[in-house]
This record gives sequence, structure tokens and C-alpha cells, in this order.
Amino acid sequence: MPLPRLIPCLDVAGGRVVKGVKFQGLRDVGDPVELGAAYSGAGADELVFLDISATIGAQAAAVGVAGRVAEQVTIPFTFGGGIRSLADASAVLEAGADKISVNSAALARPALIEELARSLGSQAVVVAIDTEGGRVRSHAATRDAARDTVAWAQECEQRGAGELLVTSIDRDGTQDGYDLEQLAALRDAVSLPVIASGGAGNAAHIAAALAVAQAALLASILHENPARLVTLRDELRDLGVHLRDAA
Amino acid sequence: MNVAIARYGAGNVRSVELALRRLGAQLTDDLATADLAILPGVGSARSCMEGLGASVEVLRERHAAGKPILGICLGLQLALEESEEDGGVPGLGIVPGRAVRLQDERVPRIGWATVDPGGEAYWFAHSYAAKSPATVATSEGHSAIVEHGSFTGVQFHPEKSGAAGARFLERCLSRV
Repeated sequence: MPLPRLIPCLDVAGGRVVKGVKFQGLRDVGDPVELGAAYSGAGADELVFLDISATIGAQAAAVGVAGRVAEQVTIPFTFGGGIRSLADASAVLEAGADKISVNSAALARPALIEELARSLGSQAVVVAIDTEGGRVRSHAATRDAARDTVAWAQECEQRGAGELLVTSIDRDGTQDGYDLEQLAALRDAVSLPVIASGGAGNAAHIAAALAVAQAALLASILHENPARLVTLRDELRDLGVHLRDAA
Repeated sequence: MNVAIARYGAGNVRSVELALRRLGAQLTDDLATADLAILPGVGSARSCMEGLGASVEVLRERHAAGKPILGICLGLQLALEESEEDGGVPGLGIVPGRAVRLQDERVPRIGWATVDPGGEAYWFAHSYAAKSPATVATSEGHSAIVEHGSFTGVQFHPEKSGAAGARFLERCLSRV
């Protein structure tokens, strides 16, 4: 299997990286290109940009950000948020992104996954699943999607998804550790790569997640500070996790 | 140094273009006369072959004339005789072998993996790989680089492989 991956996640709105608690009181914390390049320099294996604005015009802004990131960043990156159609996804990939991520749009119309996979290839199609207590949440985790998490993951795989980005809503932002039980259930249920998200508080949490998932998404633990990624990578190596030598 | 990228309406061509420009290459549209032709590839084998259209013959003639071609990811697989993707798709047939579905524990195979000989890690994102006697480097048992005449194919994405990828592309350009 390829090496375990560390993936910083940057929330963007209006073309800027933002930070907010539960989508309230968004604060501008920097330029996506500058922060992305800094994370790349700090040894990130990939980047994820999530457009959380979900406003009219957000899609055009996302294409602009993807295009600017591609000019400066030479590692793979995923763009998610507001992608509802093949046309939306194609525009982001043509701008230079490697993968797109869909969440609520796929829950609303699961055939979207097939359309994306057929045209773009499965490797470009990430389905993001927000889960709480084994059930799927939608619309930025504000609604119950009336689906079992494992069953939805299997349906995503059958429809051609290439990867699952699984966020434990009950752990997100807590820094109490990933939901290892949920991740293990998904590992056993699907043969897609799984990106674990939600709950990273220290290197031991990440090492535990990487024992059951192929990648770990890092958000609040980094505090928009690329230097923290450098120390985390060192701590993970000390814990015996075999990470890429990014030199 | 003139480099032409084969276009077929799909695939992440912009990242390849940006990587080449960073290395000082001039981009041209003339696939037949460029110093190096690049066959990129993201998507599915059938749609890419259909999208290539007239470029198929241009690429075959380039190869027959010994002019360099670099195939990336699906671009490597398309150069083979056949891919088993989409129920079987004939390729350009300029490299012996066929593309077969991966039987790994996790498919697609996504992530950084080392390529031997050399030991550098590059970015992979694929569900099929070449079974070819022209394989000259492997990654975890999979064909990672093939060389056949003037064709070099890489299963990984050098344009997305950071500093290691830039070094690889620089070596490709310096050999032309």
C-alpha cells in the first residue's frame, strides 16, 4: 500500500481561508495559495480545500482558488463544497485540482457519483461522509440524512467513488481522538481508501487513525500553522509511522 | 525545447502545462514536430482513446520515427496494445503489453509510493496498471515506468509529485 498520508484541510469562503466555530463568526486567516504552499513545504502529502460559504457565486470563486493553488502548489489537492454537477466538478479539475469531493449533493442524488466517476475516473471522486453515531448527517451536518454510515459507504463504492473522507461529527473539533470504531467498521466494509477526519488532538491520535485508515485529515490541530505539521511529522516518525520523505 | 501535450478534452492538462513551464519548456500545439510529445491522462480509457481522434496516428508516426513521447498515468496505459478497462479498449499499440485491473487491498491505489530502482516516492492515483515486458521500474510490484523505443511511460504523476516529480521531468527534458 502507498505511504500513510497527512492532509491539512483548509476551509475557504470568498476566496480566503477562514476559521469559525460551527460555521459562525468566520474569521479571515489567510490566503489559500500562501497557506497551501506553506503546508506543502512543511511536508503535507496532499491538501483539501473545503468551500464552506455555499453561497451564490461560490462555485466560480472555487474555480479561481483552484487555479491559483495549482500555479504554486505541486502536490495533489482536493476541492470540495458546492459541487453539484459534472460541470462544476470538471471546471475545478480543469483549473488544476486532482480530486473533487461531494457530500450533500451525492446524498440528494446518488447517481451523481456514477456520472462523476464515469467521466473523471474514480480516482478523482471523493465522497465526504459526515457521521454521528453510525448515521449519516447532511447539509454541513445539520440534518439527519436517514442513512446508515456503513451502508452509504458501500453504496458510494458500488457507484464508483474513489475515496471516502469520513468525518466524525461527534469528535470534530474536540481533539479527543478519531472515532476508531467507526473507521474500523468502514475499513472492513469497503475496499476504497479512507481518509479519517475529526478529533485529532495529538500525534498518537493520528498514528492510531493511520493504523485503520489510509490518510488523516488535519484541521484544528494545525491552527493554520505549517510549523506544527513539521513537528507532528517528526512525532509520528518517532511513533513508528512510515511517512514520505518530502525532500 | 518545444513540448506538445496531446489534448482530448479530458484530463488534468493544466497541471502538466504548469509543471513544464516551471522548468522552462515552451509549449506548442504541434504534436508531430515538437521536441517532446506528452500523452497525459486522467479519466477512462475509452473516452480518452475516442477523444484522441487524429492524434492517434500522429503519435504512432512519432514513435515509428523515434521521436520522444512521454505518457503519464492513463497516457502510459493508452500506449499499450490494450486496456481491460471499460470492457476492453484497444490502445495505441506502440508499447507491448496490456493494462490490467489492480488486485490490491485498496483500489484505487492512491498516494505516495516509492519507485525502484531509485527509491524516490511519487504520487500515484490509479485502478489499472501495465503488464508489460517494457517495464523498467516498479512500485510495490506494479509497473511504474516503461520504456520502449522513444516512448517513456510513467504510472505516477510527476507533475503532482513535488520536488521529486520536478526532478524527474527535468531529466526527461534533458534527454530530449
